[in-house]
Amino acid sequence: MAKGKYDLRVYPGFRAITLLCLVILYSPLIVVMVYSFNASPSITNWEGLSLRWYADVFTGPESAKFKSAARNSFVIALIAATVATTIATLSATAILRGGKFRLRTLSFGLISLPLMVPEIVTAVATLIFFNAIGFDRGLLTILLAHIAFCIPFAYLPISARMQGIEATYEQAAMDLYATRRQAFTRVLLPLMAPGIVSGFILAFIVSLDDFIITNFVKGAGVETLPTAIFGAVKQGIKPNIMAISTMLLGVSVVMVTLSWLISRKDRKT
Amino acid sequence: MAGGAATGGSSTSDTYAEARTWLLLPAWVTLGILVLAPVAIMLVYSFLTKEFRGGVIWEFSLGAYDQFFCNRGLFGDEPCSIEWTYIQIFWRSIWQAGAATLLSLAIGFPTAYFIATRPPRQRTLWVFLVTIPYWVNLLIRTVSMKFLLRDEGPLNDFLTGTGLLSEPLAIVNTNFAVQLGLFYSYLPFMVLPIYAAVERYNFALSEAASDLYAPRWTVLRRILLPSVKPGIVAGCILVFVPSLGSFLAPDLLGGARNFMIGSLIEEQFKGNAGNWPFGAAASMILLTMVLIILLIFARQQAKAEG
Repeated sequence: MAKGKYDLRVYPGFRAITLLCLVILYSPLIVVMVYSFNASPSITNWEGLSLRWYADVFTGPESAKFKSAARNSFVIALIAATVATTIATLSATAILRGGKFRLRTLSFGLISLPLMVPEIVTAVATLIFFNAIGFDRGLLTILLAHIAFCIPFAYLPISARMQGIEATYEQAAMDLYATRRQAFTRVLLPLMAPGIVSGFILAFIVSLDDFIITNFVKGAGVETLPTAIFGAVKQGIKPNIMAISTMLLGVSVVMVTLSWLISRKDRKT
Repeated sequence: MAGGAATGGSSTSDTYAEARTWLLLPAWVTLGILVLAPVAIMLVYSFLTKEFRGGVIWEFSLGAYDQFFCNRGLFGDEPCSIEWTYIQIFWRSIWQAGAATLLSLAIGFPTAYFIATRPPRQRTLWVFLVTIPYWVNLLIRTVSMKFLLRDEGPLNDFLTGTGLLSEPLAIVNTNFAVQLGLFYSYLPFMVLPIYAAVERYNFALSEAASDLYAPRWTVLRRILLPSVKPGIVAGCILVFVPSLGSFLAPDLLGGARNFMIGSLIEEQFKGNAGNWPFGAAASMILLTMVLIILLIFARQQAKAEG
């Protein structure tokens, strides 16, 4: 292929727009990260580097609130991601390894439903549902709602991975007298591991990040990190909020990077 | 995550056909109870009578839809004439989501194209760079955007400090701020499908057109764009649909004058003066709009694939 000016693939300006795109995507996050290390209590003036707002998050007057919110967030994300990943793995096995059957397309549609229904509608519907059956709002209602919308996020990487594994492996195992259950647990599941880990990580992040649905189904006084941050931001953006945001941002970026590295390593083998 | 296609061969089988009912049962039970049943009950609630401090009275009523579409005057006893308040909020939401989609397309298409024409080894890294911010908490991203754009914020400091502008730009609390927030929320949804489409595109077609003396931009318009159109349409839908019902971007960046559907619905449930049937009705109308859009899209995809 010809290079430079005569390369038909190159359109002038596209590289610049891509760079602009990255600047728009990253500059707000970087600015907040930088300002979280600002010594000044004002969010406008810069007074030098300091970790005081991080200390404030852990020991300051609001630290108890943030700690309980963080605990809620992580416990819910852990349980919701585990349950959603299990359900997604079983469903993917049925949909991709269960032959052709009438409910196949419909099942896939049901699993992707939480991605298609607008989040605010899911939030309203779930709130009304818990109200109608007389279920008190609290941590459990948040957990149940999170399990539901985490399923499609766990399903996507898992089914992508399973599509890449040929059925002959399990068939070979079964020819050698493995039971169906053994073929599943000893052959398919180990091969699926990278997809399952990616799915779990994505579900975990999605649960950790959710604000809208949580805000509707949480009980009074129960907070997760996003709802606590939202409540605080309504009073104005404070430096300690920027410190929390930076930490939460760090957790998400590390986990996504892990998920990406796992799937990339997996592709090379 | 991806990488299935490379191994080829049949990836589906009937190894676990006997167990499929049991394997699917957890998903059906969970999603049936936590998604399908709630939507059904929401439909029922939209036809009930409102209770004044939130909640409903179990009595059939068309009040919610009547309030949405009908203006019955100050005392509520006049015949129905069209009520524009809520239709206007929906219209503004459609307009904002549309503008955000165009903005995402204008920046997302060149980005996706640029990434898809990198050497194959670099592409995943570029895709990764574009998607990372998506996985950062939406609330944090929106707050960060507000922090950056606000009148005394770093962007305005920079613009006035360097003398580029004498007055700070008032961006926050404008329509544009909301569009920028929505763009920031959903950009990867635009980039990824277009990227996938351009990656599959056969550049021999461009060369053929060029050999027949088509200028570069004509090749783009007449050959490339029609070929990758399914990716563009998918990207537009994936940005438009979540933008339509978004809550955080209009709430934090838009202020009171730029009220969208999401805030209208939220107000019915989170405030004290909530009107649950009305909120349920507004949610049903939004859901119906979204499902119609998705249905038309699915029809066209099916037609395109033949």
